[in-house]
Amino acid sequence: MLSGSTSEGDSGFFGRLRSRLNRGRAWLAGDLAGLFAGGIDAETLEALETELLLADVGVEATQALVDALQRSTKNGEDAVEALRGKVLELLDPLARPLDIPNGAKPFVILAVGVNGTGKTTTVGKLAHRFVAEGRSVVIAAADTFRAAAVEQLAEWGRRAGATVVSQADRADPAAVVHDALATARARGADVVIADTAGRLHSDAGLMDELAKIHRVVSRFDTQAPHETLLVLDASQGQNALVQAERFNDRLGVTGLAITKLDGTARGGIVIAIARRLALPIRFVAIGEAIEDFAVFSAGEFTDALIGDRAA
Amino acid sequence: MFESLSERLGHAVRQVTGRGRITDDNVRDTVRQIRMALLEADVALPVVRTLVERVRERASGREVARSLNPGQVFVRIVHDEIVTILGGDAQPIAAKGRPSVLMLVGLQGAGKTTTAGKLVPMLARGSNGEILLVSTDVYRPAAREQLGRLAGQLGAGFFEPERSDPAAIAAEARAEAVRRGCRWLILDTAGRLHIDEALMAEAGSIHSAVEPAETLFVLDAMAGQDAVNSARAFNDALPLTGVILTKADGDARGGAALSVREVTGLPIKLLGTGEKLDALEPFVPERFASRILGMGDVIGLVEQVESRVDRESVERVARKVKRGRELNLVDFRAQLEQLSNLGGLDSVLDKLPGIKPGALAATGFDDRVVRRQMALIDSMTPRERRYPAIIDGSRKRRIAAGAGLAVQDVSRLLKQHRRLAKAMKQAARGGMERMLAQAQRGRGGHWQR
Ligand SMILES: Nc1nc2c(ncn2[C@@H]2O[C@H](COP(=O)(O)OP(=O)(O)OP(=O)(O)O)[C@@H](O)[C@H]2O)c(=O)[nH]1
Ligand SMILES: [Mg+2]
Repeated sequence: MLSGSTSEGDSGFFGRLRSRLNRGRAWLAGDLAGLFAGGIDAETLEALETELLLADVGVEATQALVDALQRSTKNGEDAVEALRGKVLELLDPLARPLDIPNGAKPFVILAVGVNGTGKTTTVGKLAHRFVAEGRSVVIAAADTFRAAAVEQLAEWGRRAGATVVSQADRADPAAVVHDALATARARGADVVIADTAGRLHSDAGLMDELAKIHRVVSRFDTQAPHETLLVLDASQGQNALVQAERFNDRLGVTGLAITKLDGTARGGIVIAIARRLALPIRFVAIGEAIEDFAVFSAGEFTDALIGDRAA
Repeated sequence: MFESLSERLGHAVRQVTGRGRITDDNVRDTVRQIRMALLEADVALPVVRTLVERVRERASGREVARSLNPGQVFVRIVHDEIVTILGGDAQPIAAKGRPSVLMLVGLQGAGKTTTAGKLVPMLARGSNGEILLVSTDVYRPAAREQLGRLAGQLGAGFFEPERSDPAAIAAEARAEAVRRGCRWLILDTAGRLHIDEALMAEAGSIHSAVEPAETLFVLDAMAGQDAVNSARAFNDALPLTGVILTKADGDARGGAALSVREVTGLPIKLLGTGEKLDALEPFVPERFASRILGMGDVIGLVEQVESRVDRESVERVARKVKRGRELNLVDFRAQLEQLSNLGGLDSVLDKLPGIKPGALAATGFDDRVVRRQMALIDSMTPRERRYPAIIDGSRKRRIAAGAGLAVQDVSRLLKQHRRLAKAMKQAARGGMERMLAQAQRGRGGHWQR
């Protein structure tokens, strides 16, 4: 379902997603549709394998999908339909929107991820969305490392109508988050979103720092962070799976946001992650503007990726 | 514990006689593994196909040295081919005119701004004269502040524009650099999608406004299959001169770099290896090829084995094993010696992927143990070495005393020898192939499916 910051007309967010994703040419809907119409044989399976690999689905997940298709499809069944079924089967259980219960106040979201995936932009879009829903939002500028990260976030705070809590450059990010939590509690704010510095999951020191931020939040409220949101870049390849695994091992990721789906990268790594980790996918982003953001929907996403019958 | 070590390492030194030539048949499995390894490394599928095909053609029928097996030699050829694609010597940043303009372009989040900063100390080392930084990113919030801060930290000049049109900003910055007599002008641009026609056209007009000495495509080492498409589009829209690969300090295998190089022919000039402003290194094709294949320095290990192992003694052992004969302590000592010739267990283990530092200590078997065991064998009579079964309690005491060690050490040595002899009898064939397969499995199974 698309609840959303999507105010535009009939086409809706996923209409735009579909037109932006691979610029309107869903990857199987084009040249391959004809090939697949005749049913599934070795040749169609290989073509399918190629397309999945090109979409960054990865060797393992691709093989599993192709094997499953081979095993389960009946004679004459349409291959694209069959594949859509398999992908939906995987993604549907993960389409669990982020739900803010009444009891949790403030509801705390910790945004994490490797450098440059779109954390800050996503935090700004999220804040905008919550404010539009009538909630008060405090943003913690916990990236105290990258130059002008605070200024970048401050601009998003202005756009979204949220309060941004920050400290000096090189301040302890855990202290900034604590500060923001205290501010939120004092003001009775509904949501706190912490933007953290980008870090590679292989950097033990920086992962420790993140774990410390996580602990500080938990000390503030044993239920918090209510959401540890890992921001993944759809244009990245197989390393995104490693990112998901490592951040999850260390922090217990509770949701994913997939950004940059407006490029020609197909974000197929989502499928590989879905198979391995089954983490809920909360949001997708298709651009830099504040409204280029929506709740993940398995059906719409799969259609956008594979192309529906109408396409 | 010795068994598992001997499985891992014994095969490296225990060799099997040559197995002829590379044929499609005897490298089929290796080809499949390489295909998967390259895909897992995010090498673009079309590039994987042409690469494997090219290597197969080149390798087919090639004679295989008696110390290795066909699959191993094939891996070696792939590795060399990757090195060839990645290019020979590291390519320096070229100066042209005064100021020499460096323009950085790429997708959103690739790391352009940080790289612009990192170029400052690197260029300052090679030349004097002021370096001016300018950002034409008028879109992302605080993008220009970010670069301005970096300039401040680095003590470089930072151009504050009066205009808001990116091409005009670039032209103004260039004029300012001329006025100040700057050596370099580093021009950062907004991240953009290669399919964004308006922004690609804008990049073109920025380029025409300053005519850069280098137009560098900044590429994220974690990029996926689509990297070739974006690189190609940028290369079509702008006369790119090279690639800078960022975030290479992570564990991404970085196959996108290989694809981009193969598809565009652009040299990969530099490697970003950290968030600090000095973390920019020359690109070394050799090292990067091993990384893409995900093999640690297995190639280095193969070479080490090839050059240091005493073929004679190894082949004598191999012949015995093949004839199903028991290995005696003379053979055992020869094995131990091969290990030390390889530079010690540590040096071998260091080169294997998936082995953590300290793994050796955890097994309780280290170079000290190897040296002690050799000392014990040296303190035996020739007859004892040949027929270890005759070593009784009193002989053990004498041997221990001769080596300055305890009786238990002798017992332990004999036990290990018996186990090794048994293991070697069981292992019919193998060699590097087995070790490679093991090492790959140790990496977490991405190669196997
Ligand atoms: N095309 C596109 N660009 C995006 C999207 N989301 C973010 N970006 C851009 O990606 C770049 C990096 O985004 P940031 O939000 O700064 O990323 P970050 O993860 O906070 O980066 P660091 O804090 O430096 O690690 C910016 O130029 C954003 O405008 C998206 O969905 N599509
Ligand atoms: Mg950020």
